[in-house]
Amino acid sequence: MGRLKTLWHRLGSPRWFFEISGPWAIGALVVGLVCIAVGLVWGLAIAPPDYLQGNSFRIMYLHVPAAILSESCYILMGLAGAVLLIWRMKLADMVVAAAAPIGVVFCVIALLTGSIWGRPTWGTWWVWDARTTSMLVLLFLYFGVMALRQAFPREETAGRAAAILAVVGMIDIPIIKYSVDWWLTLHQTSTFKLTSAPSMPPQMYLPLLISVLGFYVFFFGVLLFGVGNEILRREQRTQWVNDLVRSRAS
Amino acid sequence: MSFASWHDFLYMGGHYLYVWSSYGIGVLGIAVTLIRTLRARRRFFMEQGQRLRRQSISAEAADAPRSA
Repeated sequence: MGRLKTLWHRLGSPRWFFEISGPWAIGALVVGLVCIAVGLVWGLAIAPPDYLQGNSFRIMYLHVPAAILSESCYILMGLAGAVLLIWRMKLADMVVAAAAPIGVVFCVIALLTGSIWGRPTWGTWWVWDARTTSMLVLLFLYFGVMALRQAFPREETAGRAAAILAVVGMIDIPIIKYSVDWWLTLHQTSTFKLTSAPSMPPQMYLPLLISVLGFYVFFFGVLLFGVGNEILRREQRTQWVNDLVRSRAS
Repeated sequence: MSFASWHDFLYMGGHYLYVWSSYGIGVLGIAVTLIRTLRARRRFFMEQGQRLRRQSISAEAADAPRSA
C-alpha cells in the first residue's frame, strides 16, 4: 500500500515519468513493430486460405487488431479523462492528448479495411448497421476530443472539456462490443472469446494473436513516447529540460 | 507457405485489390503514427536548442559593454 502511494505521488512528477518511461517506449516500439511484421507476414503468406472467403480473409490480420486497439485506446483515454476530472492529475491530461491521435489512426484503419473487406464478402462497401455505425461514432468521438483540445485558449479548460467528452463517449464502447450480439447485422461475431476456444485452426489464429499483441505493444510504445513529447513541451522552461536540450545539442 | 508462386501470392486468388489496398492502408497508418511521434521529439529538441543558443548569444551581447 505504501509503495502504491509513493508511485501515485511520483506520477505527479513529469520529470520522473519522462526519465522512467523513455527506455520502455523505445523497447515497446521495437518489440511491437517486430510482432506486427511477424503477424502480418504470417497471415499474408503462410496461413491457409479461408474455405469460404478465399484470400480476402487475410484482411482480418489488420482489421481485427486495428479495431480492438481503437476501442482499447478509447477506454484508456476515457479512464485518463476521469482521472483528470477527479484528481486533476496533469499526467492524465497528457495521456488523453497523446492517445487521441493514435486511436484515430487505428479507427480509420479499422473502418477502411472493414469497408474493403465488405466489398468481396458482403457485396457492399458500407452498411448502416449497428457495428459499422457505432464504429463510425467512435471515429467522430476521437475527432471531437481532438477538436476540443484545440478549441479553448486556456490549456486547462481545453483539457477538461476534452476529458468530459472522452468519459461520456465511453458509452459507445459496450455498444460496439455487443452490437453484433444485440442486433441483426452483417458483421460476424467476435473472433476471440474468453469463454471458448477459437473457431479457427491454430495456423489461422496464431498470426492473429501475434498481430493483436504487436499492435498493443506498439500502441504502448507510441503512447509513452507521445506522453514524453507532451511532458517536454509543457516543461520547456524548466531547468531539467534545458539541461537535457543542451546535452542533446553538444 | 500458402502460395505456390510469387504470382499466386500477389494475385491473392483474385482478391489482390482488396488484400493489398488494406495492407497498404494499415502499413501507412502505422508508419504515419510512428514517424509523427518521432519527428515531434526531434523538432522539439531542435527548436529548444535554437532558443537556448539565441538566449546565450543575447546574454553575451548584454554582458559585452560592461566588460569593454
